[in-house]
Amino acid sequence: MTPLLKTIPWLLIAVLGAFALSAIALNRGENISALWFITAALCVYALAYRFYAAWLAATVLVIDETRATPAERLDNGRDFIPTHKWIVFGHHFAAIAGPGPLVGPTLAAQFGYLPGTLWIILGAVIGGCVQDMVILFLSTRRNARSLGQMARDELGPLGGTAALIGTFTIMIILIAVLGLVVVNAMKHSPWATFTVSATIPIAMIVGVYMRYLRPGQVLEGSLIGVVLLLLSVVGGRFIDADATLRLVFDREGLTLAWWVMAYGFAAAILPVWLLLAPRDYLSTYMKAGTITLLAVAIITLQPTIKMPAITAFIDGTGPIFGGKLFPFVFITIACGAISGFHALIASGTTPKLLSNERDIRMIGYGGMLLESFVAIMAMIAATVLEPGVFFAINSGVGVVGADAASAVAKISSWGYPVTVEHMQLLAKQMGEESLFARTGGAPSLAVGMASIFGSAFGESLLALWYHFAIMFEAIFILTTLDAGTRVGRFMLQDMLGNIWPKMGETSWTPSVILTSALVVSGWGYFLYIGVIDPNGGVNILWPLFGIANQMLAAIALCVATGILIKSGKQKYAWVTGLPLTWLIIITSTAAYQKITSTDIRIGFFAAANDLSDKLAAGSLSVEKANIAPQLIFNLQFDAWLTVFFISLLWLIVFDMLRVAVRTLNGQPVLPLTESPHNPSRLVEDWVRD
Amino acid sequence: MLSSFRKAWRLLRRLSGDDAYEQYLSHYALKHSATAEHEQHPLLTKAEFFKQWQDEKWNGIKRCC
Repeated sequence: MTPLLKTIPWLLIAVLGAFALSAIALNRGENISALWFITAALCVYALAYRFYAAWLAATVLVIDETRATPAERLDNGRDFIPTHKWIVFGHHFAAIAGPGPLVGPTLAAQFGYLPGTLWIILGAVIGGCVQDMVILFLSTRRNARSLGQMARDELGPLGGTAALIGTFTIMIILIAVLGLVVVNAMKHSPWATFTVSATIPIAMIVGVYMRYLRPGQVLEGSLIGVVLLLLSVVGGRFIDADATLRLVFDREGLTLAWWVMAYGFAAAILPVWLLLAPRDYLSTYMKAGTITLLAVAIITLQPTIKMPAITAFIDGTGPIFGGKLFPFVFITIACGAISGFHALIASGTTPKLLSNERDIRMIGYGGMLLESFVAIMAMIAATVLEPGVFFAINSGVGVVGADAASAVAKISSWGYPVTVEHMQLLAKQMGEESLFARTGGAPSLAVGMASIFGSAFGESLLALWYHFAIMFEAIFILTTLDAGTRVGRFMLQDMLGNIWPKMGETSWTPSVILTSALVVSGWGYFLYIGVIDPNGGVNILWPLFGIANQMLAAIALCVATGILIKSGKQKYAWVTGLPLTWLIIITSTAAYQKITSTDIRIGFFAAANDLSDKLAAGSLSVEKANIAPQLIFNLQFDAWLTVFFISLLWLIVFDMLRVAVRTLNGQPVLPLTESPHNPSRLVEDWVRD
Repeated sequence: MLSSFRKAWRLLRRLSGDDAYEQYLSHYALKHSATAEHEQHPLLTKAEFFKQWQDEKWNGIKRCC
């Protein structure tokens, strides 16, 4: 083919992509089809992957196909195994894609569909994908070392410690906010509570099956589990219909929060084969199946987007969380655009499977593109709802009031009409008592998914689809929750082991119980506060999580930029330096506003002072006055936590700059720790089996 | 048609870890059986291997947000 013929398809993709992007960007007041979102995203992804990622691989990183990867050199048949690229891609994607890209876009939809969509697409191709790919490359060249180890080896002890502490705190906040999402989805919903609870014994049955009944028969066990899960969704309807049984599962948020904490503790100390591993299998199948189904449904049904491109809430008065478009849309959507957590998977876990460096582009860059696409679908599912319905589901009682009539009046007054009858009908269709103030994003996503699926498979199944969607979200939220608690336990044991070696023994029971309890009480505290908070809790916790996650991304990009400069590639340091600069700007601005803003819906201190003034003046209801001291303490605590995050970020930025300046001045720095070149011996068709 | 079905099935087995023991067997045959290491690393049964494999797999960060 001549060069011209090769160029033409890419030119067409570029034109189509530009057309689709301008269609969604310039559309005002008319309904727009979801297909435009898909088209815009896919065209941008294709161009970025074909040109930018290829350039990164060939020119910046200088991928060397002849170089043996750690999987080849250290092959032990267990964790280091040269693996076919599609298999690695599957593992990598299953590891990076959690509930984050589903929840973030749903919350950010309060600004309208446009800001979130643009950030998801552009943030991914310039930021998130680059981070994942570069970290994957660096770790592959360093015997699959973790991000923390690379930070310590290449920047110094400060960087290493910052990465470790950053990872631990983000884990705590992440688990708390995810726990809150599940609790809000189950609150006073016997059907959802039953279905989510049923996933625990189902996972145990599968665990026993795989370990003892038919050892190693993973697919058999998983199939049984998936069938049982689907039955539990259907079974929930009968529980809900039974007058006595439904009472068992009809619970207050606080009770459910205690259940979730007890579950997290149990999962951290029980053997992995009994709960964690089988649950993980089930959640991975559910995730893959449901996301595929959603993609097919959106592409074939082409639902209409009802949310306007931009809402009035970009001025910071939004009901779901306070704060202006800049910087909060970039904080709210972390996963899906750029997520620091991915750097932990891309270093350590995935490089142990990589059979050839040439797969780095597809797995690192491509994996994140797919996650970004999931975020786009979540955005579509949130914005196909009538805006009035969307805000009714997602606004906390502290914002719109506890009774239905005042809530609809308030929401309608914003220009998004909704009626009590409509909400009641919708709740009835979904098999729920009420859908008002079900904050956290999961219920509105489930309603969106159910209405997309429902229009394909019949309205009569809406309730089933709704609870299926809730189960689907809950099962992998709980997977992140239990896996995270366990990892947190290991990290804590490791840290305490430095002080008292006995504590570092991961199988010493007192240490296991103590550290698990510490980790659970860490996130349990935030979960508890989130549940009692009349504003829904998510409005506080999600921005905190976003700041923490972006901070971790900034740490990863600091490590990457530092290494690029040390390797003499300062000419190309902007590929990580640019997203890094952007992250520093948005996290610093968000943190600054969260700390200093006088708006009580944004500033932590302002909110704490306002509440204590009201408490002192006696203007709070008895109920609120009882919880006020805890809320005040928590707001102040969150403010200090934000100060801590931002200081940590700047510390590591300066550490990276120090290394960069010394390198450029020719002063000594820590040596590069890249492992020496070994020629690959893998025969193509042997490993590619 | 049949071969692509078979390919998909193999992909699924590999992704899920259903064939991990078979992979271990071929790794063992290739690396250990002919050497002195044979003595130090006796061949594991499927149940023993699965236990070790599962426990090791969960020793670290495996899931993200």
